[in-house]
Order: sequence, then structure tokens, then C-alpha cells
Amino acid sequence: MAEITYLEALRAGLREEMLRDERVFILGEDVGKYGGAFKVTEGFYEEFGESRVIDTPISEAAIVGAAAGAAHMGLRPVAEMQFIDFISCAYDMLTNYVATARYRAGLPTPMVVRGPCGGYVRGGPFHSQNPEAAFLHTPGLKIVCPATARDAKGLIKAAIRDDDPVLYFEHKFLYRRIKEALPEDGDLLTPIGKARLAREGQDLSIVTYSAMVWKSLEAAEILEKEDGVSVEVLDLRTLLPMDDEAILATVKKTSKVMIVHEDTRTGGVAGEITARINEQAFEWLDGPVLRVTAADVPLPYAPTLEDYVLPQTADIVNVARKLAAY
Amino acid sequence: MPPSSAAAPRPQAPAIPAGLAREQLLELYYLLRLTRSLEERLTNLYRQGKVIGGLFRSLGQEADAVGSAYALDRDKGDFLAPLTRNLGSMLVQGAEPLQIIRQYMAKATSPSGGREMNIHFGSIEKGYIGQISHLGDMVPVMAGVCLSFRIRKEPRVGLVYVGDGATSTGTFHEGINFATVQRLPLVCIMENNGFAYSTPLHKQTAVKRLVDKAAGYGAHADSADGNDLLAVYEVTQRAIERARAGGGVTMIELTTYRRKGHAEHDNQGYVPKEELALWEAKDPVDRYERRLDETGWVSAGEREAVRARIERELDDAVAAAEHDSFPEPETAIADLYASPAAQEPLWYRAGTAPGSRLTPHG
Repeated sequence: MAEITYLEALRAGLREEMLRDERVFILGEDVGKYGGAFKVTEGFYEEFGESRVIDTPISEAAIVGAAAGAAHMGLRPVAEMQFIDFISCAYDMLTNYVATARYRAGLPTPMVVRGPCGGYVRGGPFHSQNPEAAFLHTPGLKIVCPATARDAKGLIKAAIRDDDPVLYFEHKFLYRRIKEALPEDGDLLTPIGKARLAREGQDLSIVTYSAMVWKSLEAAEILEKEDGVSVEVLDLRTLLPMDDEAILATVKKTSKVMIVHEDTRTGGVAGEITARINEQAFEWLDGPVLRVTAADVPLPYAPTLEDYVLPQTADIVNVARKLAAY
Repeated sequence: MPPSSAAAPRPQAPAIPAGLAREQLLELYYLLRLTRSLEERLTNLYRQGKVIGGLFRSLGQEADAVGSAYALDRDKGDFLAPLTRNLGSMLVQGAEPLQIIRQYMAKATSPSGGREMNIHFGSIEKGYIGQISHLGDMVPVMAGVCLSFRIRKEPRVGLVYVGDGATSTGTFHEGINFATVQRLPLVCIMENNGFAYSTPLHKQTAVKRLVDKAAGYGAHADSADGNDLLAVYEVTQRAIERARAGGGVTMIELTTYRRKGHAEHDNQGYVPKEELALWEAKDPVDRYERRLDETGWVSAGEREAVRARIERELDDAVAAAEHDSFPEPETAIADLYASPAAQEPLWYRAGTAPGSRLTPHG
């Protein structure tokens, strides 16, 4: 098995689904001959033709709206946001139209909206965002955030096959930085709604997702070596619907939980996870649920500023030590 | 749907335009009159407090929706998305008065099971998609419907309605631009009824005519008197034929007038009385009746039979809808997703029986 990158795994998953199911098509900005800003759809235009790999105007609302219309008619569109920051331009279409379609009108809307999220790449305020919290608050959508190459592939395939609209947030920092040997399996699927235990531990749990899984694993190594603290890391993989069962299992196992996410703090996903733990496992806790997140500012450009705002491994270690001391 | 016609046209009757058959003229009369009468029934129900939400009339603009939708080819699977004042277009596609009444009355048996209001519902099988309240959003959605036609190489056409207000939205712009760039088989009816809620056209846009916007998108432009049913049919038919032949998007402006307020609660104080009187004289239903009368295409007796049939149908529909119940409260949390289709009630709601729920006063 040859090792492939997170980006290659995503591309392979997309391609396999397009080969498997002729209803699947791609639309987005520069996705055709150019192959996409990050080359996720490189070679697709040549392989599948322009009727299935559609270059669009710079019109996120039209991209999402057209995907919805095609999905109602039985197709399986995969819409690319060139940077996920631009998904806000389609916020109305996603929250008012797409998310409500089945509930209010019984309209099948099997579609995927995907795009590169996340920082650590000096992208500045508008090429680094993590918009998951805005959509976590929208009943009717599903949200997945793969952290590994395996899940990059498994989740895009599952998202395309899902009968509900799925937002697929891929982390651009991980695109070419992580590799994994994956089996040549056309049905390598990651179930939507199921978390993954990224590391087993006894003393403390970190609940996290996307690129923060890797920082949390690094922190766990340090804590093991330097403090003798055994850290469990839960990779949520899906944010909506959230895997309460897996969260509660790790809470009950270690009784000390912290949540790590790259998105800003106030109104972030960590607040929701904390509330769920509070409601369902309060008596199992030996300490407060703590958060490591970005600071509440737009993400700045300069390396010194970006590194200060975003969560770093040292922050996770620091907070974990406070929690372990309870 | 239409009563089978017995009497033949008068021998001296002028030729019927636009390739329409006499039976179709009668069917058009039924649909036009049904739109008017159904809304009148809804107004009665509204005044009795039986319509739960607002009531949106299309008084004076019925010919726009009926004439344009009628030009679609339902056998070929043509598709439309209506807007607020296009009840008639849904009736053309096969929506039933009973469905509309149930929907307004928020009954369990309504097409949306009581989840949505007024004419916000659709039927993929019958070829119309339910709108949402955000004006312009149906334009990109219908572009996507038309994209599916092209991807599957189906010779089908889509029709989307907007009003003068919706043409100011971003989604309208993005949707029309995308559809024209892709040369999709889409027809956009821009119904200019003079007002968006209380805002007159000159505060909505600086163009003199909505159809002037078409040039900015590279779309074909056409227009018609929106109160002339057959003119509406003809102009739409031309655009549909062009779209089906691969000629791309046509934007059609239909000029009409909104003779009621935005919704039934709106007393339209901002509208000059003389203007209303002027447009009442141009009423599209009266006008079509006069045309049928003057040409002798459809006799007074046949028209009377259609009206009687409509009254019977509406009597039955109102009685049936009034008999129905509101939805069971617990159905509110079902069917959000295809999977999982069900969700657990909030823990403090679990086991509460319908009717035993907390009210604002305990």
C-alpha cells in the first residue's frame, strides 16, 4: 500500500464516487481545467467532462442553490467553496433553503458542500476561517471535519452517499502534511455521526476534531513523558449529529475533560459539548470542563500574531496540567 | 380537470391564437377563475379566523401565473417555482384547492403537515417546487433544476417567478447570471405589480422597465401585458420553445398591478384610490371573459357551467379542510433528516401527552 496525503485521499474518494455513481457531479469556482485552487479536482475535467465538472461564476449562493435544485431532481452534487471562508456568502441558501428543505417540503436534498478551512498557513482573516459553529446551530445540516487521510476519504464518500445535506470541512494545513497508507477499497467509508478514539488514556480526555487532533496527540505524548499523565484523545470526526455516546464514554472513563478547537471561543462548538457533558454526566466529573480555543479575534496575518491567537500544543499541555491537578 | 365541451364554436369565430385549442381556452378559464374564487374563499376563512397566518392575494394578477405556467409542457416534465402571488401557477401544475386550504389552515393533512404556511409547498412529481420567504432564492434553485435537465440530456424547461422586489436581491442576480452563463433552459417571469410590500418600483430600481435588466446578463428579453391572459401565454410559450431548443434564458416582464395589500392585514393606505380604480377596470378575469364572449370561442353557458363547478369544488374543499385536525404536537420533531428520521424529545417533554403541555400562563 502506497502512502497518500490527506488531499490525495480526498481526491481519491471523490473520484471513486464519481466513477461509482453517475449522478455525482462537481461544481465550483475554477474546479474544471484548472483543477481547483488546491488541485483537489485535478484531472477530473479531463476524465469526467465539463457536464460533470462545472466551473461557476463567483457566486456561492448560486453554487449552493443550484446544487440544491439538482439534488431535488435526483442528482448528487458536490459543491466546492474555494476557501470555506466564502461559505458565509451562501449562508442564507444553506440555512434557510437547504437545511429546511426536507422538513418543510419533503424535498430530498442529498448534496455536499466542501472546502478548505483552517489556519496555521498565514492566510489572514479571510482564508483561514473555521465556520462550523455557525452551521452547528442549524437543524437539518450535517457537518464533518476529517482529521486523517483515511477519514478524508471515508467521510467524503459517506457524505456523497448520505441522503441529507452534508458540510465537509477539510483542513488545508493537513492537505499535504499528513500521509497514510490506505487500502484500495472502493467502500472505505467513515460512518457519519461516529467519533474515533485517536488515543487511549486513563487520566484525562481531550475531545477535539480536525487539525487539533494532531496538536492534541502531540500534547498527549508530552504529558505522558513529562508528567506521567495518560491522556485519551477523542476525534469527533462529525460535529452534527454529535456522537454523545462516545463523548460520555470518555467522560465516564477519565472524569476529566477538556475540549480543543481551532475556532474562536465565544459561541464555539466547545460550549455545546460542555453543555452536553454538564446535562448528561455532571456527577461523573472530577473537575471543570476546560477549553482551549482561538482567541476571539479575526485571524491575523503576521506569523507572530497568528501563532498567538491560534491554539498551540503548549496551550493544550498547560491546560491539561491544570485539569490533571484537580 | 376542464369540463368536456359540448358546444362547437360559432362558425364565424376568429381564429384562436398561439395554437391553442378551444378546450384549452376553457381549461384556462377554469384555472383563472379557480385562482380568483379560491382566494375569495380563503379571504372568508381568514375573516373567520380560520386561516392561522397571513393571507396573500393575487387579485388582479391571476393571468400572469395561469397564462405563463399553462405554456409549460407538463407531458415533457417541465418544472416551475412560484412566488408569493403565483397560486395560479401551482393550480396549473396540478395543486389541488383542498391542499391550499389545508395549508392555510395549518391542518395535519396539509401538504407540509402543518409545518409551512400559505402556498409554500411543492410536488416533485407534479413539477413545482415550494418557495421559501427569502425572495430570489428560488432562482438559483431553479437554475440547478435546469442544470439537472442538461446533465441528463432531458428536453425539459424550468420556469421561475420573481416580483419587482425580488429582482433587487443577491440570489436573483447570482442565479440569473449562473443560468445565462450556462445557457440553461430557464424562463424567468418578472412580475411587475408596482409594489414590494409598500415600496414602489422607483424606489426598488433605477431602471425604467425590469426587462432592461436582461441586457446586463446577456439574457433574452421579452415583455407582455400581464393582464392579458393570452398575451402572457404567447410570450411565455416563445421563451419556453427557445429554452427547449438550447437558446438559453429569457427574462420576461409582465406588467400588472397588485390590487390588494402585501397581505390581508395591509390596508394599502399608500396606494392612490384612482390607481386602484384604473386597474380594476383592467381586471384580467373580466377581460378574458369579454374576449371569450366577443369572439364566441366559449359561450356564456359554458362559462357559467365552469363557475358552478368551481363553486361546488370549493364548497367540498372548504368542508373537508374544516373537518381536519391540527397536527399532533410530537410530529414537530420528525423528518428533519432522511437519517435519522426521528429524534428524541427534549427530556422535559418526554412522555407529555398532547394537550398537557405548558402554556405561557402555566
